[in-house]
Amino acid sequence: MIDLAFDIRFQQGQFTLEVADRSRVNVLGLFGPSGAGKTTLLEAIAGIRKPSRGEIVLGDTTLFSADKGIHVAPRDRRIGYVPQDALLFPHMSVRGNLLFGATSSALDLQTVAGMLEIAPLLSRRVQGLSGGERQRIALGRALMTHPALLLMDEPLAAVDRERRERILPYLLRIRGELQVPLVYVTHDAEELSQIADRVLVIGDGRVLRAGAPAEVIDRR
Amino acid sequence: MPDNALGIAAFSALMALVATLLALPPGVVLGWLFAHKSFPGRSVLETAAMLPLVMPPVATGLILLRLLGRRSPIGQALDAAGLEVIFTWKAVVIAMAVMSVPIVLLTAKAGFQQVNPRFEQMAATLGAGPVRIFLTVSLPLAGRSVLAAAFLGFARALGEFGATIMIAGGIPGETETLSVAIYRLTEVGREDDAMGLMLLSLLLAFGASFASNHVLRRQKT
Repeated sequence: MIDLAFDIRFQQGQFTLEVADRSRVNVLGLFGPSGAGKTTLLEAIAGIRKPSRGEIVLGDTTLFSADKGIHVAPRDRRIGYVPQDALLFPHMSVRGNLLFGATSSALDLQTVAGMLEIAPLLSRRVQGLSGGERQRIALGRALMTHPALLLMDEPLAAVDRERRERILPYLLRIRGELQVPLVYVTHDAEELSQIADRVLVIGDGRVLRAGAPAEVIDRR
Repeated sequence: MPDNALGIAAFSALMALVATLLALPPGVVLGWLFAHKSFPGRSVLETAAMLPLVMPPVATGLILLRLLGRRSPIGQALDAAGLEVIFTWKAVVIAMAVMSVPIVLLTAKAGFQQVNPRFEQMAATLGAGPVRIFLTVSLPLAGRSVLAAAFLGFARALGEFGATIMIAGGIPGETETLSVAIYRLTEVGREDDAMGLMLLSLLLAFGASFASNHVLRRQKT
């Protein structure tokens, strides 16, 4: 279960992200239109972007605090990040990508490859893989680090509806079997209702509504 | 062409090769730092690293002579260790390496700037520290530019004259490179011999430059 609390402000040019929330759920969904600030929030949680003020706390660990001068480096956060474009390392094989962040306490390669049905791809280069395959490999790569939290940025945006129906069960297995809490970004209401326990609706850099998927999505 | 033309060319190429190997680590690491990292004093360090490119080579040679000469602390330490540098082949290598670092740095920096910084961010979220990110992500992704930097650094080393003559002299059979030999032969009126060495020099420089361009062209396609 996630125990994630954040109250941050991030400014870049004309865009301001000012969001606050505390969630204790298995899957927190971030819902909203493009440019709302969902990815910026994910990157702040991952440690890739540094907010100008505020605090991010995961469980008992303060990941960022402007007042206390804390900014835990991304490599020390134990937070897996699956970006929208997968960002597989192009100079490595699928196996190389999966093993890049593998820790001794993590799941073994065969388990992850089996669960995500990517075992036949292990020796292939990443060039020429389909959008769905790339997403599953990026997901596997993040899982191999044994993350305390997994951030997923529109993992199904690059795949068609048929493949979406096939990938969604993998995500549900991560939630169910591996007990890895997720922060899940999408602008597909149907996806959210299937996977998220709680949803933050974000627009123009602010949290507009928060609650169970049925409550906040019905009010759209 | 003088009798020992091939010997001079081989000596020059060997010295340039060793100098390139010496220039690559600082040139590539600095190129990476200047491409992606911000830190206090960066502008001053970047400017200082470029000085051998913009200063008169003989002035750089004079600095090296003062740094490595027997009256300097470094020179005395080398002397105490039994290492003779000035007016030996080691001085040739040092002069060539110092003059090659800026060109290696500039080419490598351009390569690292083409690498999407999000790959490095992704590697960090996967638990990699800066050294591992550099060695396993940035360097392989900028690999062709680094190879091109090595070829250009080799070509620059091969053409080195001013700094070399200051700290290595031009002792025939010991420290005489193609550039120095061309100058010496022209000075004593053996212009035909000098032209022969010039052709060898041209061939080596063309080959290195062509290889560099070829590597970079393949990167773009």
